[in-house]
Amino acid sequence: MNSSSVLLGLAGVLYGAAPIMFAVIGETITERAGIINLSMNGTILLSAMGGFAAAVGTGSIVLGFLAGALIGALVALVVAFSSITLKQSQVAVGFVLALLCRDLSYFLGHPFISKAGPRLNIIPIPYLSGIPILGTLFFKQDMMTYLSIIIIFLVWFWIFRTRPGLMLRGIGERPAAAYVRGANVNRLRYLYTIIGGAVAGLAGPTFSLSVKAGWAASLSGLDGYGWIALSITIFGGWNPFRAALGVYLFSFLQWLGLVLQPFLPSIPTQVLQVAPFPLMILTLLLVNISDAEWVERILAAMPEKARRWMMKVLRALRASPPAGLGVPFESE
Amino acid sequence: MKITRWRIFGFQIGAVILALLFTTGVLLIAGAPPLQAYLYVIKGALSSITNISNVLSAWAPLLLTTSGVLITFAAGLWNIGIEGQIMMGAIFTTGALRLLLNSTVPSGWILVIGFLAGMVGGAIWAALAGVLKTFGGVNEIFGGLGLNFVATAFALYLIIGPWKRPGIASTSGTLMFPRKLWLPTLPKIQFSVWALGLGILVVILVYFLLRGTHFGLRLKAVGKNAKAALLMGVPTWQYSMFAFLLCGLFAGLAGAIQVTSVYHRLTPAISSGYGFLGLMVAMLINYQAIWAAPVALFFAALNIGGIQLPIMLKLDSSLSGVLQGILVLFILMVEGARQRLFRER
Repeated sequence: MNSSSVLLGLAGVLYGAAPIMFAVIGETITERAGIINLSMNGTILLSAMGGFAAAVGTGSIVLGFLAGALIGALVALVVAFSSITLKQSQVAVGFVLALLCRDLSYFLGHPFISKAGPRLNIIPIPYLSGIPILGTLFFKQDMMTYLSIIIIFLVWFWIFRTRPGLMLRGIGERPAAAYVRGANVNRLRYLYTIIGGAVAGLAGPTFSLSVKAGWAASLSGLDGYGWIALSITIFGGWNPFRAALGVYLFSFLQWLGLVLQPFLPSIPTQVLQVAPFPLMILTLLLVNISDAEWVERILAAMPEKARRWMMKVLRALRASPPAGLGVPFESE
Repeated sequence: MKITRWRIFGFQIGAVILALLFTTGVLLIAGAPPLQAYLYVIKGALSSITNISNVLSAWAPLLLTTSGVLITFAAGLWNIGIEGQIMMGAIFTTGALRLLLNSTVPSGWILVIGFLAGMVGGAIWAALAGVLKTFGGVNEIFGGLGLNFVATAFALYLIIGPWKRPGIASTSGTLMFPRKLWLPTLPKIQFSVWALGLGILVVILVYFLLRGTHFGLRLKAVGKNAKAALLMGVPTWQYSMFAFLLCGLFAGLAGAIQVTSVYHRLTPAISSGYGFLGLMVAMLINYQAIWAAPVALFFAALNIGGIQLPIMLKLDSSLSGVLQGILVLFILMVEGARQRLFRER
């Protein structure tokens, strides 16, 4: 394999990561506000189908993406309404929606199977795309890949550098304190759940109109990505930058699996495709393990130098969820 | 109290009607005749002895998975890893059957060993999710999801790799087992009384376990408030772990049944989604074991009934899933609305 094909492969990693990025960033926004939207797998499938159908029906690729975002927002609205207003378990409602939206997408998408549809074009950015290496990597992509990179910075800036972002962290972390400071906690939770859902809803059309163009119901190979996105959100520690790292790592491992395939003929492609999952569990373990009691005991028994080093590693990996995540808020 | 009970009942009827309206709307959007579609689903489930026996064959594993998650739910755990536990059960059963296939062990005993192996496989996979949760702090939902993918990948590896059919390696499944290793069925019908008997036995067992035993009471205490239970002297993590193990045993049993009485081989989709469906049934019945059997039967009938749709009306069979999902969603939402309206919390 020569260096230019490696470069193209890496550009493909960014491109293939785009849909998962939207899902993970969307979920990060939602969970920052204290709501878990577990429906992600269904959201992605239904928005992929709906976006594709809208684009085929209207001939407009933009409307396809808007339809995807709208579907994501609607599903999120059901999560918000059921959990905030009706006080039902977020996990239960999200899980049911994950299955329901998947089946809905298969049922309603039946007439669109194997239909020819539009596909996003690559738009090289003038001047910048001419830069060696970086040009191929970052500036010869399609619109959604650019957006998937921009949104990381945008959402990070919003959460950590603006006043409304401070409020967002507040309603997820200490809703009671945010309430005292004048935040309408439940209204803001509605708002951010819907925005997060809309962002995640871009994931579907990014698959069906770009990365895995077309619709083939269960053969589209989209079932499962939503669950991955939820795990990466945890790995990302509710920080867009770290979440992006997780997404790219995942996408990179999937690409690596394809590249290594010819050298490992005894292992079927499908197995290498899921190779990131054990790693994901392992990282989740590392992210959480510093809270376990037995780890503390082992650490205490270690020699001073080793302990300090281990503590540093564990602390760097550690990610604590927003304290109010999944906890309903009542103003009384 | 009596008024409240009638009110709950009324709201639930409302939820069912809403679910039917929604599904009818979905059918209209798809341009399908709703009444005819419902009729085909009912016919597909009940119109012949074959259909009815298929429904009963689907009921057995669904009873087992529903019973299993009733235990984990009682302990306050979301065992989403149940799909992987079914898969591991199926893998272990297949492994045991393959190992003993050409031995002198009588086929009845091979089946018994296969079932035990399946239970062990399911329990190991559940224990893994439990260990990750109790000792690693990994939420059981995400640990379980990851383990589901790993189990499927492992099955695929076995099917294409070491256990591949002679000549062709295809992801469709391993070589079919000889008839002597099929779970005995009724004459001329594809339906095993053994499988259903096990399912019913387990659901009764779980009902009494949760309702009338010291163990069940403590398990529920752990689920309702782990900290308080610990202060009261209940060994919390041991109880969580035990709930995982029991659920894994039942899920593994479901996997064993899928191998020995439905598919007669290992396939990558051997769980048929019965794990997730079991979670749905448990939610629909508000975690009350007494309703598990009838509702699981209803869901099994929907699953089998939907199979006719692609042939008869050129619709996707996922209509059953839509109806099941929207039913659970509306039951949850309507219950929330009732509590909100009447301030019962």
